[in-house]
Amino acid sequence: MELDRTKKEAKQIRRDIIDMTHAVGTHGAHIGGSLSAVEIFATLYFNILKYDKANMTAEDRDRFILSKGHAAMTLYATLHRVGIVTDEDIKTFKGNGSKFANHPYMYPEKGVEFSTGSLGHGLSLGVGTALALRHKGNTSSKVYVYQGDGECDEGSVWEAAMSASHYCLDNLILIVDRNKIQLDGFTEDIMSQKTICERFRSFGWDVINIDGHDIDDIYNKITSGLANQKGPLAFIANTTKGKGVSFIENRYEWHIGTLNDKLYNQAIEELENEANQ
Amino acid sequence: MASKYNSLLLSKFGQSGAAFSFALITLAEANPSIVVLSSDMSTPAGLDKFKKTYPDRFFNVGIAEQNLIGVAAGLASEGWIPIVVAQACFLSMRSFEQVRQFCGYMGYPIIICGIGAGFGLQFMGNTHYSIEDIGVLRTIPNMTVISPADALECCMALEKAITYRKPVYIRFTDKMGCPVVYKDGCDYEIGVANELREGGEVQLIATGSLVDIALKVAEALGQEGVSTSVIDMHTIKPFDGCKVNKNAKIIATIEEHTIINGLGAAVTEYLSTGQNKTTLLRFGVSDKFSEVGDYSYLLEQHGLTAENVFSTIMKELL
Amino acid sequence: MKQINKIQIRTYSMLGAARTFGQALIDLAAEKDSVVAITADQRSAGRLEYFEQKYPGKLFNVGIAEQNLINVAAGMAKEGLIPFTLAQACFSTARCYDQFKISLGYMGLNVKVVGFGAGLALGQYSATHMSVEDISLVRNLPNVTILSPADCLETYKAVIAAGELNGPVYIRLTGEMGNPIVYNEDYDFEIGKAITLKEGSDISIISTGSMVYNSIKAAELLEQQGISVKVVDMHTIKPLDKETVENCFSSKLLVTVEEHSKIGGLGSAVQEIYALTPQKPMHLMLGCDNYYPIPGDYKYLIDIFGLSPEKIADKIKHTFELL
Repeated sequence: MELDRTKKEAKQIRRDIIDMTHAVGTHGAHIGGSLSAVEIFATLYFNILKYDKANMTAEDRDRFILSKGHAAMTLYATLHRVGIVTDEDIKTFKGNGSKFANHPYMYPEKGVEFSTGSLGHGLSLGVGTALALRHKGNTSSKVYVYQGDGECDEGSVWEAAMSASHYCLDNLILIVDRNKIQLDGFTEDIMSQKTICERFRSFGWDVINIDGHDIDDIYNKITSGLANQKGPLAFIANTTKGKGVSFIENRYEWHIGTLNDKLYNQAIEELENEANQ
Repeated sequence: MASKYNSLLLSKFGQSGAAFSFALITLAEANPSIVVLSSDMSTPAGLDKFKKTYPDRFFNVGIAEQNLIGVAAGLASEGWIPIVVAQACFLSMRSFEQVRQFCGYMGYPIIICGIGAGFGLQFMGNTHYSIEDIGVLRTIPNMTVISPADALECCMALEKAITYRKPVYIRFTDKMGCPVVYKDGCDYEIGVANELREGGEVQLIATGSLVDIALKVAEALGQEGVSTSVIDMHTIKPFDGCKVNKNAKIIATIEEHTIINGLGAAVTEYLSTGQNKTTLLRFGVSDKFSEVGDYSYLLEQHGLTAENVFSTIMKELL
Repeated sequence: MKQINKIQIRTYSMLGAARTFGQALIDLAAEKDSVVAITADQRSAGRLEYFEQKYPGKLFNVGIAEQNLINVAAGMAKEGLIPFTLAQACFSTARCYDQFKISLGYMGLNVKVVGFGAGLALGQYSATHMSVEDISLVRNLPNVTILSPADCLETYKAVIAAGELNGPVYIRLTGEMGNPIVYNEDYDFEIGKAITLKEGSDISIISTGSMVYNSIKAAELLEQQGISVKVVDMHTIKPLDKETVENCFSSKLLVTVEEHSKIGGLGSAVQEIYALTPQKPMHLMLGCDNYYPIPGDYKYLIDIFGLSPEKIADKIKHTFELL
């Protein structure tokens, strides 16, 4: 079954993220927020998103916008598993002059649609893209925007949210990585996002909650949401920041983290134990 | 002037770490009107100690820079002295209009602290580099724009900004382990540049973390028999034109910033007010985005190294 | 594109720059199917309802949300459309500067941002609506072309040229309805090629936007006093026409005039070339001093900053005599 493959790929994506973080040494990487996105990216790229590996800029592709730019490792690792980003590309992650930078650099041939990193931009880009697709008569491509929950602090997100429902963008899908942690601490202590579902609903969106680490739930809920989509659709994915590595899970100190050899080995051991179960 | 600050120790914490973990604590104790606000950047900025010591005087608005400035203005309107701390790029750009309206137009005395200015945020990339902040904030009436040379000068600048009672932007450059320019303290007044070295043939006017480079270049030029002065132009606005040596053969401005509208432009404006035969060399970022990398890589990319500045000046002298 | 006749020129002048933009967009869209318009609740400023009537479905309104405006346009540009945005100059630049930097500067997306009421024209609504920093803001950013048309015919031509250029553009529209005419017949407009409107040997005035007309009038006053004045229309602030600027260095006095702050605008752009040139005349920079005035109507504010033809002429004469 396809989802079994997805689950295996998710494990490998997680492994790639840990490898990339270790490789950059003391520079550190946004490991926490990258690990929380793994299952969702795996499910999307191996089952749901429409794209052509031989031509990532094909007009009939789905667009994927990583608004939460600091989860770039997840994007690169996923594209790597898919076969678009090469081994050599991944090795250049965060190297001087590399296009595979900490935050995405617009590289459409490799599946990176926009240069993001400044939070709160992606949903507007998504609205513009969705409007353009409709304008061009492209009724088959969808626009997916992946955003953080802390990112919903930004006012620009709500400008975009309003316009999405005003224009009844039934080709726009937002996934919010609700890991409840931002840089300075837990979202509920900094700027509560507890009404996020009601907020998007009140802005005219359909909202579906998903378990962000259960690939079956992700797949079933997204596919059924898409089948019934009538306007802009938001999935609030309940996730764990740092998922998969015990000493990183739910620790806001790991928004950016470094993995020395000891911690790296510990993380790999945990992943391997998990894989063997 | 003997300093209450230990410059060597402070430099280990970097400019923002020094200002917020040391100077701010003392200043806040002395002045209960001081409040601090951040847009989810308090830990990277070194504000944990302040948060712990004065929890009622710290506000985190989350990742929302426009709201940050507005909230600070509201507090200022009620007599508080707000110190706002976030990334320089987002304070100067994402909330530019709010800074313009509340500080420039309405004149609220907010102290805006932009951390990670210049290329300080290294691998975060171009979305996070702040190489336009001096230029854009300089454009706003009533704004004072400061870029301290080292961690000690940052502490002095913050101290002075609090009693200054006007809107101020302080840009924090470099990172932890930043160079020391003022080993034993410094005389510091907002708007009064410091002459660190005398000389007549060449004048190096630098700001922020690159003052250290200017000193190295001056040393090297001195060894070639070229009499070189160095000015730490810590305040770019209001600009201390009297320190500019119009009789120098060459004036070189050095900034971790675009050469459009920054320190170089301020010096150009000053020189253009009269006739002079000085050659002006502007070192900075030449109207392009950067290839992402570490701090040294970025500075080198834009010729902001002592070697490049030295050799360019030597070529010009020949 | 079509030739513009004298009746159209007079009509555009009466309409003012923003509505001329609306007209130009209709003509541009006839040639280029991908042209769309997006506004932040300022449709009526450009009379874009006519554009919408002619091209149903090609006008989008995001409401009072300028950050969304820029990035919605960016998303569209990425998909191959040619979006022109319309909002007040101050909000088109200052309110969404981060988006402007990243989507236009960094990603270089083919968005054309049109800011009306640049300078002091909206000053009756107070300093919140004045836009005297926009050139400075946009000039800081790599990759963005800046156009500042002198009158409504030039506005028309700038819009057409922007539509044909592949790359981000900011068009700053100054003046009000009844915008004075600088060009009373059609002419060739090329981005990056300044136009010398009149030659003169004593003084060179490099001006832009609304100040071109005022500079011409000031020059006339000075000529009456025996001073020979050259006037240049620097309609493209970035990339600046370096050659034309350098050709002005043989004058005894160089003047720049702009309805913009003296920090960071046209004057600063000229100084960047000026600073690198050994032989040069004195530079007199005229523009808005660095403060926000009490609100008033356009004429009042122009006068406050000494930017009326008479005050420009006076200041130039005074400086010239001191040389």
